[in-house]
Amino acid sequence: MARVVVDVMLKPEILDPQGQAVQRALPRLGFDGIADVRQGKRFELEVEGPVDAAALARINEMAETFLANTVIEDFTVKIEADEKAEESK
Amino acid sequence: MTARIGVVTFPGTLDDRDSLRAVRIAGAEPVSLWHRDTDLHQVDAVVLAGGFSYGDYLRAGAISRFSPVMETVIEQAKAGMPVLGICNGFQILTEAHLLPGAMLRNNHLHFICRDQKLRVENAETAWTSDYTAGQEISVPLKNVDGRYTADERTLDELEAEGRVAFRYSDVNPNGSLRDIAGITNAAGNVVGLMPHPEHAVEPLIGTGRTDGLGFFTSIIKKLVNA
Repeated sequence: MARVVVDVMLKPEILDPQGQAVQRALPRLGFDGIADVRQGKRFELEVEGPVDAAALARINEMAETFLANTVIEDFTVKIEADEKAEESK
Repeated sequence: MTARIGVVTFPGTLDDRDSLRAVRIAGAEPVSLWHRDTDLHQVDAVVLAGGFSYGDYLRAGAISRFSPVMETVIEQAKAGMPVLGICNGFQILTEAHLLPGAMLRNNHLHFICRDQKLRVENAETAWTSDYTAGQEISVPLKNVDGRYTADERTLDELEAEGRVAFRYSDVNPNGSLRDIAGITNAAGNVVGLMPHPEHAVEPLIGTGRTDGLGFFTSIIKKLVNA
């Protein structure tokens, strides 16, 4: 079964206080040299049947209407098994 | 006639009982709506109450927005039915694209629970006509995902069209852009806000004031005079 990964990140211009809190904790824990952290979401979809253009189009639609809120978030869609980026947005 | 005002209960909704009570105290007939209802039981208006519908999974309001009851609410709202979204209800309205923008985690990351001062900016919507523009009211605020966000163009548009309905007036409690606490759609029938007017309708509880009652008396006047 092919796995398709949808990564969802806040748009660059949107303040991410959760990422900032993680970044601020790092020096205290001895992890130096990290200038910025942004936190996102990763969805792993196990796809039944072939991951063809039609299946990817549906997954893009799913990401755009449901997995991501495109008012505040960007997303990318990748087929993980082939390790090649099929489509991204 | 007695106006019938529906209040939707999703799994995880918390403030449906208070909203039903506020409707009754204001003088309308409260009607409970269930998230699986596709039929709205002949209500004249709908309140989407606060809480954590579907556990806020994915994003606050993201799953509720696709529930059977919302399919009908969205369709009816577009046809002019008044809808008020309070807190989680406001989040649902933005996810449903009935109102622009989105709600994000509070900039300080804490859950807030306080009496919040608000300035009424638009007293001409279906839900705010019993207030006056510029009036200051105090109602409870309680949320963790209350930071209103939209792109600059949308914010400018909202300001230019008078669609910022409420602004935080003493402090900005969550980093909301331009101190926005609530907005309306262009037609004025769909209003959403983060603070909770339904918790401020009786002198005995909450803030000790009844500043929230105006939402419910406004809509009743509109429905009865319609």
